[in-house]
Amino acid sequence: MCLGIPGRVEELLNESPLERSARVNFGGICKEINLAYVPEAREGDYVIVHVGFAISRVREQEAHRIFRYLERIGELGELQ
Amino acid sequence: MKFLHEYRQREAVEKIAAEIHRVVTRPWTIMEVCGGQTHAIVKFGLQQLLPPQIELVHGPGCPVCVTSLEIIDQAIAIASRPDVIFCSFGDMLRVPGSNGDLLTVKAAGGDIRTVYSPLQALKVAEDNPHKEVVFFAIGFETTAPAHAMAVVLATKKRLRNFSLLVSHFLVPPAIEAICSAPGSRVQGFLAAGHVCAIMGYEQYRPLAREYRVPIVVTGFEPLDILEGVLLCVRQLEQGICLVLNQYARAVDRNGNLNAQEILELVFDIDDQAWRGVGSIAASGLRLRAEFARFDAGRRFGMAHSSGPDRSGCISGRIMQGLQKPCDCPHFGGRCRPEQPLGAPMVSSEGACAAYYRYRNRSTADAH
Ligand code: SF4
Repeated sequence: MCLGIPGRVEELLNESPLERSARVNFGGICKEINLAYVPEAREGDYVIVHVGFAISRVREQEAHRIFRYLERIGELGELQ
Repeated sequence: MKFLHEYRQREAVEKIAAEIHRVVTRPWTIMEVCGGQTHAIVKFGLQQLLPPQIELVHGPGCPVCVTSLEIIDQAIAIASRPDVIFCSFGDMLRVPGSNGDLLTVKAAGGDIRTVYSPLQALKVAEDNPHKEVVFFAIGFETTAPAHAMAVVLATKKRLRNFSLLVSHFLVPPAIEAICSAPGSRVQGFLAAGHVCAIMGYEQYRPLAREYRVPIVVTGFEPLDILEGVLLCVRQLEQGICLVLNQYARAVDRNGNLNAQEILELVFDIDDQAWRGVGSIAASGLRLRAEFARFDAGRRFGMAHSSGPDRSGCISGRIMQGLQKPCDCPHFGGRCRPEQPLGAPMVSSEGACAAYYRYRNRSTADAH
């Protein structure tokens, strides 16, 4: 039950602050998710969702860091 | 799926593993705190990719595992009432109480509904004004903001038939209890990334300093976990004890301030009983006095009484890193996922269930 998974904010559905919600796409499966805790999240952003609530917006820049690191320690060619 | 598959690429995972092999010179015991990480470690065979000197032990971060026998017994008593609709995350239905489980109550005709979010329970309460709707609010700092929001929304909607059976846990006091226990073997921690997404990681600095343990905020995919191990082992090898953030794509230092604000509005910190482990000071959350009317334990006059757990389950020793699931004499025999004797055999984030399910797994999946 305790897994948080990333999904893509597709369409805002409700704009009132506590019930701010959006349709979020998890690899093809869409769910209505409460976005009250990530007021900065916009359509197209990825958010980490846990029990129906987005708890954090995924920072794309940081998401690439580990791959840059891998590139430094070795041959990224293998990954492509 | 974006932000999942790329962190499971076998070559990348193996490359980080090779770097760990290069760095390690001595044996180290590292605990991953969260059950979601335990599940990934066992599912993807990550222990087998590590050098033999590194042992991963599995922490207490599985809410299904640590919710006390007493609370399970209260849940069973409340769910058995004919005036109640009891809403719960699915895993909780099979957790053994002193006498049976919630699934037994459901089979006997109890109205128990599995939900994915507390907001669904709120909806059930709105749709059933003549029933008492009780939500089984279990979890860690990750889940608590969702439950706090359910309370705030119930207040706003003036729902009188909604309450929560709260069993909430905090991670830092558990880490402290593990570090200060006599015979503790844990030398470094992978902290639970999503807990830190809410709370940030400043709270861990005094722990790292005082107990001389590196703590690495870590994500949940194979690449995250191995990088967490690498950042931990590098520190151990050099005698450094810092808090580092491996999971910066989802976690920043201060956490989610919006969520923290609602958490503080709704909950107070209190002592908490952990199944198998015992009571840990200031390690749980209770509804604040202003929201006491949402407390299901109070609403239904639940007494505080459950005998000791006589099942023979050693979950407490497993979650403190002292033993492994295979050390339990009941593992795979009297205790299996179809018929769990202890809570860690129930949920997929429980160490015993993960070991059982993937007992033939030895290499990383590459998908
Ligand atoms: S195998 Fe079963 S009885 Fe043994 S520790 Fe795990 S959950 Fe408890």
